[in-house]
Amino acid sequence: MVGAKRIDGLLAYGIIYLIFIYAPVLLIVLFSFNNGIYVAFPLKDFTFKWYSDMVHNTGLTKAVGVSLRIAGIVAVVSTVLGVLGAKAVTRYAMPGKAMVTFLIMLPLVIPAIVFGISLLTLIAKVFGIQPGTWSIVCGHVLICVPFSMAVMISRLQGFDKNLEEASLDLGETGWRTFWRVTVPLAMPGIVASFLLCFTTSFDEYQIAAFLSGNDATLPVYIYSQLRFPNRLPGTLALGSCILAISFVIVTFAEWMRRRGTNPDKGLGI
Amino acid sequence: MAADESFIAIRNLSKHFGSVKAVDDISFNIRRGEFFSLLGPSGCGKTTLLRILAGFEIPTKGDVLIDGQDMTTVPPHLRPTNMVFQSYAIFPHLDVKQNIAYGLRKTGISKEETERTVNEALEMIKLPGYGNRRADQLSGGQRQRIALARALVCKPKVLLLDEPLGALDKKLREEMQLELRQLQRSVGITFVFVTHDQEEALTMSDRIAVMSRGKVLQIETSSRLYEAPNCREVADFIGTMNFIDGSVAGSENGYAVIDAGPLGSLRAPNAERPFERNRRVTLAVRPEKLRIETAPPGDGTNSVAGKLGAQSYLGDRSHFYVEVPGMTKRIAVASQNATRNLDITDSGDRPVWVSWPVESGVLLPGE
Repeated sequence: MVGAKRIDGLLAYGIIYLIFIYAPVLLIVLFSFNNGIYVAFPLKDFTFKWYSDMVHNTGLTKAVGVSLRIAGIVAVVSTVLGVLGAKAVTRYAMPGKAMVTFLIMLPLVIPAIVFGISLLTLIAKVFGIQPGTWSIVCGHVLICVPFSMAVMISRLQGFDKNLEEASLDLGETGWRTFWRVTVPLAMPGIVASFLLCFTTSFDEYQIAAFLSGNDATLPVYIYSQLRFPNRLPGTLALGSCILAISFVIVTFAEWMRRRGTNPDKGLGI
Repeated sequence: MAADESFIAIRNLSKHFGSVKAVDDISFNIRRGEFFSLLGPSGCGKTTLLRILAGFEIPTKGDVLIDGQDMTTVPPHLRPTNMVFQSYAIFPHLDVKQNIAYGLRKTGISKEETERTVNEALEMIKLPGYGNRRADQLSGGQRQRIALARALVCKPKVLLLDEPLGALDKKLREEMQLELRQLQRSVGITFVFVTHDQEEALTMSDRIAVMSRGKVLQIETSSRLYEAPNCREVADFIGTMNFIDGSVAGSENGYAVIDAGPLGSLRAPNAERPFERNRRVTLAVRPEKLRIETAPPGDGTNSVAGKLGAQSYLGDRSHFYVEVPGMTKRIAVASQNATRNLDITDSGDRPVWVSWPVESGVLLPGE
């Protein structure tokens, strides 16, 4: 009976914890269907108005386009770099490997605002280039490569390196071995890395705020809209959409990653 | 084309990992068509040597020649060698057919030819109809055969096998030992086989190199390795051996007379690598060459007196352990129970004599 009570206590803690995390998020979803511009109880009528307004807002659709394009490029570039970096770290002996790995992983703990300021200074002041899509891509790749590396290192360590040696032994070059063995076996990690980098870039605000120039990304656009009270419900609708899409993508990425590491499933070893 | 005698030539080969000498200045030849085993405890350098032959490790010093061609720095994919890995390394994302055909892509043979080769290989390893299975649907023994087929379809000059039977259970391992030996004879390819299992090496090999701490101690056929080891370490590693320390006191009828201290005077053959007078030597004799008796034996054989310390009855044979004054280790005697022998059944402190024909002893350098 003591055991049961203890579990109950933990259960209560767990529920409170989940409410603490998800209640504010769910409030956004709730008010995005509320027919009124103020976020306050009591709720008014149920409406899809804010969602339809959102679709017809050209500033917003442009920002969505910019964000999708940046996130796509960032995901591809970061994942390619992550795969190559992880391959180097896990398969080759080289001097200063620990240091190199540490330096690549370091951006995980460096505040993004530091990158924002330094990249803006570098691009705008030193090179005299107008910031825009490409400068955001650079900034986001910096913070996404560590994520990609982390995913890919665990994936590449997860399979027998004899498999790559077997391919070399059977007459394939290093390059062909990479395509015939490493990439197919690392595919779950590659997909997970791509999706992780995509969502990281898509959600990122600080770097984008510094480097967006005329190409406002979605988070930057949303923040700019908060100054206008009548735009707030539209922002809530948008936030709900992003929440739903992010949830789907991250769940899928995690599912892919687990499928890859589970020894009993098809792609695992 | 190199001479058959030095089909694989290993010349002053060394491989150092930091301060560890995994392979330490080794030189020897492997003959064409030979089943050659590298035998030794783990960490003796046998796997490193095999990986040097495969091209996965570049030696620190020395050369490797295969069929007369210098292979020392040739990358693995350009070598006439193929390897069966200890973990088998079956590609998990490909089915059995694709696994076996993996090495055929670069040969540029047609699809039909590939199909035919793969099917022949499946016949050879007695797994016809398994072509479409995936790696995770195969047992350990089946994976092992597929790894073998995948390597052999590439028609290598040398097949390298890294403890390929280590992961199998005892019964399957014995079956595969026979099969592998038959296969080697029928394909006629030179096999270099790494194992730490002495019985496996003795059963399968034409010749065995016993390795220890990066060095090759002895290269011999199975029977000669067992009957005529060249040093105490080999004698100790292969099977069980009794060692009696002493020094050469003289010679008599072509045999060396050994002064074995408290054990008295013993004789041993001393023709192969004659030891000079006063040299410290170790007289080595196998347990199954010994006889145990309850009365002092007559002349013409070596004998030592002791007390029966312990015995174990194993049905077909019995093991006796005899305590001999002046020896730290008990002498082990293995006796076939060829006839019903109810004579020596009680253990305890009864006096016994251990004897053996002079020819059964082997003289080794003393320590």
